[in-house]
Amino acid sequence: MTEPRLETRALGRSFGALKAVQNIDFKLEAGARHALIGPNGAGKTTFINLLTGVLPPTTGSVLLAGRDITATAQAERVKLGIARTFQINRLFRGLSVLENVCIAVAERVGAAPAMFYPAGRRADVIEESMRLLETLKLADVARRRVSELPYGRQRLVELAITIGLKPAVLLLDEPAAGVPSAESHIILDAIEGLPKDIAVLIIEHDMDVVFRFAKRVTVMVGGAVFAEGAPKEIEANPQVRAVYLGQAGHGAGRQADHA
Amino acid sequence: MTITASPAEPAAIVARLDHPAARVLTRRHRWRWWEALPWAAAIGCYFAFPDYLGFGAELLIAILFALSLDLALGYAGIITLGHAAFFGAGAYAVGMLAFYGIWTEPITSLLLAAMAAAVVGLLSGLVLLRTRGLTLLMLTICTMALLQESANMAHDYTGGFDGLPSLPIAPVFGVFEFNPLYANTQYVYALAVLAVCFLFVRTLVYSPFGQSLTGIRENLLRMHAIGSPVRSRLVICYTISAAIAGIAGGLWAQTNAYVNLSAFDLDRAAGVLIILILGGYGRLYGAFVGAIVYLALEHFLARIYPTAWQLGLGLLLVLIALFARNGILGLGEALWRRYGATLSGRYRAGRAAS
Repeated sequence: MTEPRLETRALGRSFGALKAVQNIDFKLEAGARHALIGPNGAGKTTFINLLTGVLPPTTGSVLLAGRDITATAQAERVKLGIARTFQINRLFRGLSVLENVCIAVAERVGAAPAMFYPAGRRADVIEESMRLLETLKLADVARRRVSELPYGRQRLVELAITIGLKPAVLLLDEPAAGVPSAESHIILDAIEGLPKDIAVLIIEHDMDVVFRFAKRVTVMVGGAVFAEGAPKEIEANPQVRAVYLGQAGHGAGRQADHA
Repeated sequence: MTITASPAEPAAIVARLDHPAARVLTRRHRWRWWEALPWAAAIGCYFAFPDYLGFGAELLIAILFALSLDLALGYAGIITLGHAAFFGAGAYAVGMLAFYGIWTEPITSLLLAAMAAAVVGLLSGLVLLRTRGLTLLMLTICTMALLQESANMAHDYTGGFDGLPSLPIAPVFGVFEFNPLYANTQYVYALAVLAVCFLFVRTLVYSPFGQSLTGIRENLLRMHAIGSPVRSRLVICYTISAAIAGIAGGLWAQTNAYVNLSAFDLDRAAGVLIILILGGYGRLYGAFVGAIVYLALEHFLARIYPTAWQLGLGLLLVLIALFARNGILGLGEALWRRYGATLSGRYRAGRAAS
């Protein structure tokens, strides 16, 4: 059996007395489509921050393809293949859409440290970035400043930058957050079009998205894993419904609760 | 829809690179015709204003100093109010080497000045660039004040408050003497040094490295998240910027034939920041425009209103802050975007009609 792409063992993080994340054993296989759900403050984003190296854990370890990366710096983890999007856009707002992606691609292919030739001569970087924008249907706005785009398309740029890093593991922190529901399908289409081989972990509040996208779901509550399983099992789990789905609601099958 | 790379066909590659957005990027580093203007003007001034060459050399040095700050502040977004630390380090390197007769050849002296300032930039940058915003700003001022006070205390070597006068600077290439009365050598020499440094900075800001600095300025956290070694990029940029500021300081010491503590003054650091804000930061040529406006105000307005010229400067800054956040050049760009297109459209229409 091959190693999981990403694995955590007894991973935990405390802020003073607050255990934001505790004792998480988690596996993400190649090609996984895994959703992470849980009420606000459950520690989902902290968990992502531990995976990407933004925060050091207080306990446990993170393994990438069997290799311990617990002490590896954030930038180094990106080079090893972990990329993420943010809950709130983090874009180069004053630059064009194309340049946003070019900066990421240049960093990935190792062009970025070069000082003595113009960036414009890296046709490979520009061409690849442009191709990526075409597949995400952003080519028509490639020249526009990111700050001029509607929010939904800015979210796509956020995704484009991350895909430009060609990650092995992709962590999506509420990719459709703040996007009007009329536009959210463009994000979902883009996520469904991701290469099959990438292991994707998505934090999402919108249950329609979760159940459409995910093959597996983990529920976090109070910093710990509360339940894990196939979407159907999670949906049918009465405890999960009580703490989470009960409030958010997911249409079908809810009537049974009254029994 | 898949996002994997398909074996790309040449026609599609050409089409992608021909997209307007791609053309902006592939052509951005090309020389524009108007980029010849400042240099033509500088050469023209040499012949037109022979009595003002001393002032001219001072102006060229101010441009070079502002250009060094533009690299750190305008491109990488490093907020600093202590850039005179490097100007002073360069000035004192040249000054002490010359005063004690260790090294007086001007061009190699400038290289030594650059190295001295780069060392200060590297060492302080390794510490300072762990911080951001106001903390960083305060620490840059502290570094500068520490250096100034060190230069003051070490008066056995630095001349303390009085500085080092009458520096014996050897002729350029062993031929062209620095003459305090007729500053033509100083002017041409400063212009040549500025041109070389400018070419270097221009190459740098259009390079992939420069592009990544812009990324750091625009969104630091995103740069971390795309795997960019942000801190080392910033330290490298800060060190290069320091080296160029050191060259400006060295030039200042050579052309004046003295150094004193004013090289490290907060006034000087603030002045160069004002120059950059006036001209427009992150634009290369903002340093030119800003330095010309600032020194012209200082030089001519101060002659008419010796006590109140800074009031005029203050008013100008208020206007810039209110109406032209991107400085005079930024204002020009905005006006050109608004009216230039219609003007050139009319011009073309006129030609088509005739």
